Amino acid sequence: MRVLSDLEVGESGVLVSVDLPASVQNHLMYMGFLPDARVRVLHRAPAGDPTVYGVAGMEIALRRETARAILVRTTRIPGLNDEPTENRDDPTHFPNLPKAV
Amino acid sequence: MSTCCTPAPYAPPAPRSGEALRTVALIGPPNSGKSTLFNRLTGLRQKVANYPGVTVEQRMGAMAGVGRADLTLIDLPGIYSLDPFSEDARVSIDVLEGRMTGTPKPDAVLLVLDSLHLTRQLMLAAPVLALGLPTMVLLNMSDLMESRGGEIDPLRLAQELGAPVARISATKGSGLEAIQLFLNRHRGPDSTSLSATVLPVLGNAMSTYKWATQVSTRTGYRAPLSEEASRKLDAVLLHRVWGPLLFLVVVFSVFEVVFSIGQPLSDGLGDLLARLGTSLAGFLPDGWMRSLVLDGAWKGVTSVLVFLPQILLLFLFIGILEDSGYLARAALIADRVMRSIGLNGKAFIPLLSAYACAVPAIMATRTIENKRDRLATILVTPFMTCSARLPVYMLLIAAFIPNIAFADGLIGLRTLVMLGLYLIGFLAALVTARLLKSSVLRSSQTPFILELPQYRMPTLRSLGLRLIDRGGVFLQQAGTVILCVTLGLWVLANFPRHHGVAPQLTDSIIGRLGHFMEPAIAPLGFNWKIGIGLLSSVLAREVMVGTMGTLYGADPQTQSLSLQTALHHDLPLGGAIALMVFFAFAMQCTSTMAVVRRETNGWKWPAIQFAYMLVLAYGAAFVANWAVHLLWG
Repeated sequence: MRVLSDLEVGESGVLVSVDLPASVQNHLMYMGFLPDARVRVLHRAPAGDPTVYGVAGMEIALRRETARAILVRTTRIPGLNDEPTENRDDPTHFPNLPKAV
Repeated sequence: MSTCCTPAPYAPPAPRSGEALRTVALIGPPNSGKSTLFNRLTGLRQKVANYPGVTVEQRMGAMAGVGRADLTLIDLPGIYSLDPFSEDARVSIDVLEGRMTGTPKPDAVLLVLDSLHLTRQLMLAAPVLALGLPTMVLLNMSDLMESRGGEIDPLRLAQELGAPVARISATKGSGLEAIQLFLNRHRGPDSTSLSATVLPVLGNAMSTYKWATQVSTRTGYRAPLSEEASRKLDAVLLHRVWGPLLFLVVVFSVFEVVFSIGQPLSDGLGDLLARLGTSLAGFLPDGWMRSLVLDGAWKGVTSVLVFLPQILLLFLFIGILEDSGYLARAALIADRVMRSIGLNGKAFIPLLSAYACAVPAIMATRTIENKRDRLATILVTPFMTCSARLPVYMLLIAAFIPNIAFADGLIGLRTLVMLGLYLIGFLAALVTARLLKSSVLRSSQTPFILELPQYRMPTLRSLGLRLIDRGGVFLQQAGTVILCVTLGLWVLANFPRHHGVAPQLTDSIIGRLGHFMEPAIAPLGFNWKIGIGLLSSVLAREVMVGTMGTLYGADPQTQSLSLQTALHHDLPLGGAIALMVFFAFAMQCTSTMAVVRRETNGWKWPAIQFAYMLVLAYGAAFVANWAVHLLWG
């Protein structure tokens, strides 16, 4: 378990918990910061803070003080850590099969 | 592209007599393409910017774009949920629930969702559908979704939501006929049948998310491949070194282009207008009539009109920055600086748009969640160099600053002076914000949460609409306020008459008024004509230029000279520099004061702001005049 602000650019983790005032937490959840959501560190602002995180297909910038309150799991579990929309080699996905009606 | 409109699984309600559909609300998350759709449906000019929270107040327009000009469309700010987190979310909720005074409760809702990120966007559908208004769900950017390998079954989605669903593309204008169909079917207010729909517990993000995930799974939604181009661009534009450097290059080149392309255009327009004035004079009899039309109205109004090319160029650049999505990145880069003055990067977005005009910028502060942060931003926004200051700066720089080039012609002295003026305005904003945030407006920090939209190519249509809109405002200002002021000035400059002859300018009413106030402004290096200009510019900054045009036009000694030459002969260098500094700091804009009064609910803050800026302007102009005297004697 690590705090989100400790992750390096390129790393990703699965969101475990958010410890912020209720209104802020709720707002973050509507923006995609939900339990089990995959969060990826995309960029840091030139000054090193804030950081841009990729979550639910969107890019959200948070300051370090906010990201510090977000706990993520970064253990690699094969298949779970791969972002489904980007993994074109996923063996379970057969794009050429006829689709179920 | 295939578009389809699916019927909802309930029978369309029978039309009720006497109750017609009148108002329709347009709602959706930020960056779902709502404002573009609003433009399509209304054909009205509406600001479309590619950063979250641009629609800061609800806009209305007749739905002429789908042949229903009898219906009013209300555009609401982009929101993530119906939980009020910021001012603009509160506005949306109030309008939807009919609690916004002056805005009728909508009879139907168009919910726009970005189909590239449908699962998360569906989280807004739950509370909107729960309102019980007839609702149509519009899956925007569906063409993009399909081309990138995404999928959705709109029929299943309609069944799940209990509301009709249409796939549209607001940028291409496809799928709009489905909206027309929906509107024609709903003739009066009724409730959407929710019997077939299971909605989650409202106000709970977790259960709403679970519901949204289930709905998107059941409707066969497959998210498209994510766009990598935006991230690659950000790797450069947010780079530790290149990011800030490119930011400065962007800002600098905007000014360079406004000068190097705008100036010849403006000179050309000036020549044309002057020649037009001369031939116009031929039709008028020699006498007071010709003097009124030519020296009063024409000289005054055209001296402001010539700056139209530069102002349009400036709005074009700000428009490109906004529409492309770069503005949100600028906010991110600026967050560190903004934090040091006690604000966050979000406050930078209004400050940057204030380079065009402070009025929309002050309205854009509604996206700032913290009330005290918002007030501080409102109070410092008028320090940013708005386009109305451009005519004054341009005129004074052209008249007083020699055209010297440095670094092999890469940069001119005039550009440097202009950049300096922009810089002192920006610094005044920062210092004032710091003072406010460490004293009367001290507050605990609200977290900085900013969504970065994907980069988009700004469309000619949107940029064109914006320029027409701004050009119209400028021309209207020139045709009303400036025309009235210059006509009034001409009268005051030509009376009292002795035996039917106009007095010497110094003996006219305006001359006496000017001489009366001269002692107050003499320490700044200003003469009485500048004093009259300053008085008239309280209405709007650019009026100053029109006033000077009329005053020098009314004086036989300077009548034949161009405004630049006349000023150059009449004002010492110290006074000219002091005048530019005065304009950098003073609050001379009734529109800004009115919008500050509205946003802060009273006259207290605009009065404090006006007084503070006036004192600062006077003090700085005094120092500038004195410094020039010491340095250049």
